[in-house]
Amino acid sequence: MFHSFLCKRFCLSLLILTVLLPRSAYAEMDVEFSGFIAGDLRIFSENGLQEGQSDARLNPSIVVQPEWSAEWNDGDDSIDFIPFVRLDAQDEDRTHVDIRELNYLHIDDGWDVTIGLDKVFWGVMEARHLVDVINQTDNVEDVDGEDKLGQPMINVGLQKEFGDINFFVLPYFRERTFSGRDGRLRAPLEVDTDRTNYDSDLEEFHPDFAIRYATVLGDWDLGLAHFYGTGREPRLVAELDDSGDLVLAPHYDLINQTSVDVQATLDAWLWKFEAIYRTGQGDDFEAVSAGLEYTFFGLIQDVGDLGVLIEYHHDGRDGSAPATIFDHDVFFGLRAAFNDADDTSILGGVILDTETQAQSFTLEASKRLTDRMTFEGELRVFSNQPATDPLYSARDDDHVQLRLSYYF
Amino acid sequence: MLKKTLKMVLLGSLMGSSIALPAIADVNVEKGTTIATEWDKRDEGFEDSNATLKMVLENRHGEKSTRELRIKTLEIPDMTEGDKSLTIFKKPRDIKGTAFLSFAHIKDPDDQWLYLPALKRVKRISSKNKSGPFVGSEFSYEDMSAQELAKYTYKWLKDEPCGDMTCFVLEQRPTYENSGYTKMVVWYDQAEYRRQKIDFYDRKDALLKSLTFTEYQQYLGKYWRAHNMQMVNHQTGKKTHLTFADYDFKTGLKDRDFTKNKLKKVR
Repeated sequence: MFHSFLCKRFCLSLLILTVLLPRSAYAEMDVEFSGFIAGDLRIFSENGLQEGQSDARLNPSIVVQPEWSAEWNDGDDSIDFIPFVRLDAQDEDRTHVDIRELNYLHIDDGWDVTIGLDKVFWGVMEARHLVDVINQTDNVEDVDGEDKLGQPMINVGLQKEFGDINFFVLPYFRERTFSGRDGRLRAPLEVDTDRTNYDSDLEEFHPDFAIRYATVLGDWDLGLAHFYGTGREPRLVAELDDSGDLVLAPHYDLINQTSVDVQATLDAWLWKFEAIYRTGQGDDFEAVSAGLEYTFFGLIQDVGDLGVLIEYHHDGRDGSAPATIFDHDVFFGLRAAFNDADDTSILGGVILDTETQAQSFTLEASKRLTDRMTFEGELRVFSNQPATDPLYSARDDDHVQLRLSYYF
Repeated sequence: MLKKTLKMVLLGSLMGSSIALPAIADVNVEKGTTIATEWDKRDEGFEDSNATLKMVLENRHGEKSTRELRIKTLEIPDMTEGDKSLTIFKKPRDIKGTAFLSFAHIKDPDDQWLYLPALKRVKRISSKNKSGPFVGSEFSYEDMSAQELAKYTYKWLKDEPCGDMTCFVLEQRPTYENSGYTKMVVWYDQAEYRRQKIDFYDRKDALLKSLTFTEYQQYLGKYWRAHNMQMVNHQTGKKTHLTFADYDFKTGLKDRDFTKNKLKKVR
C-alpha cells in the first residue's frame, strides 16, 4: 500500500514546483490523458496447495492504469502522473494501489533532472534483470520480476562527450509486495509485512544513493553503476507473530553493489553480459549473467523474425543472502515477431537449473485486436523443483493468464 | 567520399570507352549520377526537420488500421554519414510512447535503439533486417531510413511524361548489404528534381511495390516535401498510405537531441 507520508512529501514538492512556475508557461501547457483498463483471468491447473490458499482455480482481477502528462516550454518541462490499481477477487494483498510515476522532469542543455516517483531500468538480459536495482519489484503482479513500484528519487543526468552520468538520491524505500494468505504463488508461510525490519535504524527513510555511467562505443553499449543503500531483495526470516503463528518477516539489508552491463550488436547477433559484486548480505558475492540472441530475419512467411536466446546465470551468494532461483541456470528461449499489422508476437522459454534440473517454463503471446484493444496470454509451468528451490512452494501453481486490455 | 565515387564513375567510363556498348551504358551512368547529385544538392542545408505522420495500413480486404507518429530528423552534413532520426509513436495507443532512434550509415549497418515505455527499457537492436516491414506496414526499414546519395548507384534510363510534367527515369541499385531490392526505378520531375514515383524490384527482380508521391509543398523557399505517399504491394495487394503534416525546418535540434538517453524523455 502506498504510504501517505510519502505522498505528503512528494506531492507537496510537486505542488511547490507548480506554483513557482512562471505564469507565461501555462499558456502553452499541453495536457494529455491516456491509459488502459484490463481484465485478467488466471486459470490454475491445481487447487491451492498451501494452508489458507483459496481453492478457486479461476482467479479474475482488474487493472486500471491512467496517465496524465503535462508539458510546457516545448517539452523541456513536464509532469507525469501514472497511478495504478489492481482489484483481485481472491487475494486482498494482491488488491493494491501504487503510484508508478509522479514526477517533474526538466531537460536543459547537456543536463536534466527528475524529481518525484519514477521507474528506471538498467540492463540487457531477458530472463534475469541482475543489475536493475533502483526500483522495488511489485511481486504480486507477476513472478517474472518485471513489474516495479514507483521509486521516489532525485535523478540528475549529465550528458557529456564521453557518455552519460546519472546521480540518484533515493530518499524513501519501498517494501516488496507479497501475496496474502488467500493468494497463490507464495511461500508455505505467509509473509507478514507488518513485521518488516531493516539493517538501518532509519528503516525505510534511509537515504540510498546510486551513480551510473553509460556510453555507446560503436557497436558496444556499456553501463557501469554503483548502488549504496537498502537492498531491494529481502531475506525472509521465520518467526512467531503475536498470536503465536509462524510467519515470514522480511529483513532488508544495507548493501553496496557495483555492476557492469554490456551489449555488443554485431550483424544479427546480440552478445550480452551483466555482472554484480555485492557486499552486506552474508559473505561478499558476485553474480554473472552472459548470453546471446541471434535473429533469423524474414524467416516466418518472408516478413516475420525468429530469435533464438541463450543465457547463463550464475550467482555466488550463500545461505545468509536472499534466496534466488538463478544460482546456476541456463535460459533457452525463442521469440517470434510476425511483423504484421496486429503486432503478433510469441516468446517461449525455459529456465533450467543445471544442478537440480528444476525447470520453469514460460510462454507469452500478444496481439492487437483493434486500435484500442490488445490480447495477451501467458503460460507458466514449474516442474521438478526440489524442496530447496524457492519455487518448490509454487509447484501446484502452474497457470495460464489471459488479459484483455482497452486503451483510452 | 562522394567526390571519390564520382571520380571512379568517370574513370570507369574512360576505361570502357574503347568498347561501344559499355560506353553508352557509362554515359547513362554518368547522366543518372548527375541527376541524382542535383536531387541531393537541392535538399542540402535543411539542418533539421520535425513532422507528424499518419500511416494507414490496408489489407487486401480493405480493412484498415492506423498509426500516428512524429519524426524528427537531423541532417548530418558529412557526406560519408547518414542523417539521424527519431520516431515517436502516438497511436495505436498500446504502443504510445514507443520511440525508435536511428543513425543512418552509408555502407555499414545503421545504429538503432528502441525504447519500450512500459518497462522504461532502451534496447539496442540489430539493423540487419533492412527489408523487414516497419510496424507491419508496406514500408520496410530501408524505405523509412534516410535517403542518402551514396546508398545507390544510378543509371539514366529515359525521359518520359509523368502527369503534367516530364520526368527523368533512373535505375538505382543499393550499394549496401541486406537490401530487399535488386533495383528501384525512380521518376524525378525535370522541373524540381522531386521524386514522383518509385518501382521496387525484389531479390528475384520481380516488381514488388510502387510508391507514388503527391501534394508536394515547398518550405523555406527551397525544400520540397511530399505530404502524401501511397505504397502498393503488387504481390500481396496490401497498401500503406502516409500523410505528413505540421512540417517544421531548422527548429534548432542538435546532436544531443538524438541520443539513447533522450529516447526515454521524448514525446
